[in-house]
Amino acid sequence: MPGITREEVAHLARLARLELSAEELDHFAGQLDDIIGAVARVSDVAAQDVPPTSHPLPLTNVMRPDEVRQGLTPAQALAGAPAQEQQRFKVPQILGEE
Amino acid sequence: MADLTRLTAAELAAAVADGTASSVEVTEAHLARVEEVDEKVHAFLHVDREGALAQAKAVDQRRAAGERLGPLAGVPLALKDIFTTEGVPTTVGSKILEGWIPPYDATVTRRLKEAGVVILGKTNMDEFAMGSSTENSAYGPTGNPWDLTRIPGGSGGGSSASLASFQAPLAIGTDTGGSIRQPAAVTGTVGVKPTYGGVSRYGMVAFSSSLDQGGPCARTVLDAALLHEVIAGHDPLDSTSIDAPVPDVVAAARNGSVEGMRIGVVREFRGEGYQPGVVRRFDESVELLRELGAEVVEVSCPSFDLALAAYYLIAPSECSSNLARFDAMRYGLRIGDDGTRSAEEVTSLTREAGFGPEVKRRVMLGTYALSSGYYDAYYGSAQKVRTLVSRDFERAFADVDVLVSPTTPTTAFPIGERADDPMAMYRADLCTIPVNLAGNAAMSLPCGLADEDGLPVGLQIIAPAMADDRLYRVGSAVEAAFQARWGHPIIEEVPAL
Repeated sequence: MPGITREEVAHLARLARLELSAEELDHFAGQLDDIIGAVARVSDVAAQDVPPTSHPLPLTNVMRPDEVRQGLTPAQALAGAPAQEQQRFKVPQILGEE
Repeated sequence: MADLTRLTAAELAAAVADGTASSVEVTEAHLARVEEVDEKVHAFLHVDREGALAQAKAVDQRRAAGERLGPLAGVPLALKDIFTTEGVPTTVGSKILEGWIPPYDATVTRRLKEAGVVILGKTNMDEFAMGSSTENSAYGPTGNPWDLTRIPGGSGGGSSASLASFQAPLAIGTDTGGSIRQPAAVTGTVGVKPTYGGVSRYGMVAFSSSLDQGGPCARTVLDAALLHEVIAGHDPLDSTSIDAPVPDVVAAARNGSVEGMRIGVVREFRGEGYQPGVVRRFDESVELLRELGAEVVEVSCPSFDLALAAYYLIAPSECSSNLARFDAMRYGLRIGDDGTRSAEEVTSLTREAGFGPEVKRRVMLGTYALSSGYYDAYYGSAQKVRTLVSRDFERAFADVDVLVSPTTPTTAFPIGERADDPMAMYRADLCTIPVNLAGNAAMSLPCGLADEDGLPVGLQIIAPAMADDRLYRVGSAVEAAFQARWGHPIIEEVPAL
């Protein structure tokens, strides 16, 4: 499988919302290339007819009774907020000006 | 009265129950020990002196009122900083949660409190439990009490170091790829990864949800069993929690025996990269099991060869998704919110400032493995390996009762030695990872000191899912036989700090 380039690492960082420095890009590019080179061995089994396992327990749709119980108060839920206003989380703008 | 910090949890609980010592006295002795040695060890990120003494006082009052106490009531414990604690800081070893005070208790925290266990504080760990040395903590490394220049294992190095330096008789860890067992091995202590789903993950900060499992850490097998019993059991707040009775681990620990058992030695767990002193102690352990009446056979688990590679795709993939919640909006760090930047820019700046290098590496690795075009080759193949590893275990357990191996290929390595070589670091988990992939149960307990460096070696015992009691039955027999041979528990050989 192909190695990973500095440009690909920059793209991954953007996807992962990490504002990496130029130095970090250089550093991580080499390391990620090494790690991916080592873990690529798993593709030895890619062609085998084996069902995938995503989880050790074969559970689906686990339910619990829909009972009303005490949740967090607004003050508790907001206690760790970086910014708040009118009992709400205050966030930077998510839409453009126009 | 003897130094309270040298007693086992079972002995301390008995002393509190019969009034020989109060829980306040026991707790004060441990807090004094923390005060005395933790500047050197750095096992704790936060010591909750006031909270601990209040919990201890409550236990003493309940006893005075004639209430019957649980088997660990009044005994102090060190809690890994990955479990939420209402009103007490929880950082997960990360700057992104520095100063965060959770508004609720994890289920493990709640059960400990209900059992009257006294929580001394929160222990150091690799950031988000990603690491094998505790060097990835944003708050500095922890020293191994056997040699402070060496790692105490990871990610739960604070928990293992607190036990080996007699700051606490009990601790809680979490094990995603070996983070309970490997620290136990390199510090000469006992650590158990219960069956996946055996201990609730509610309030345990998620790293890789299909692998993460909380479990007990202690200096003796019986203490680990007593703690296991307190924290295990079904929890409706965790949809992956097993709704079945907890195996009777305490009875198993009190009735150690391998007489008539079939025990498998995994052929794949030796060879290149294994330290000779580790292999020697392991071979002696196998000999001991034979002497104690077990039938030992060699078993082969060929897919274990690919387990490490599969793990380092699955765990990063799940973590890249789980850690998306750290977006600087609702809690934790927020950087660069000056009114000109968008939410997305603030998120990216915050994650850059708040995450350390290992977390960034794994988030990017997971993002890569899950991206279209690579998904089938990487994540898809890793999931197939996971099936093959489970089948190897099934085949082995059709023939034997438990499997044994060294817990780690080497003893504790020097702090800094592997810090910038991720693949070398990842190999510390070679023997522990298959268990997490399959979801079964395993224990590490001390089996002596390596000849070349005098550092502890761990013996790993692996049991099928929901047969956690077998770990304690075998572990307790091995522990008793080794102690009879050594004349004392190995932990008593730890140098004075």
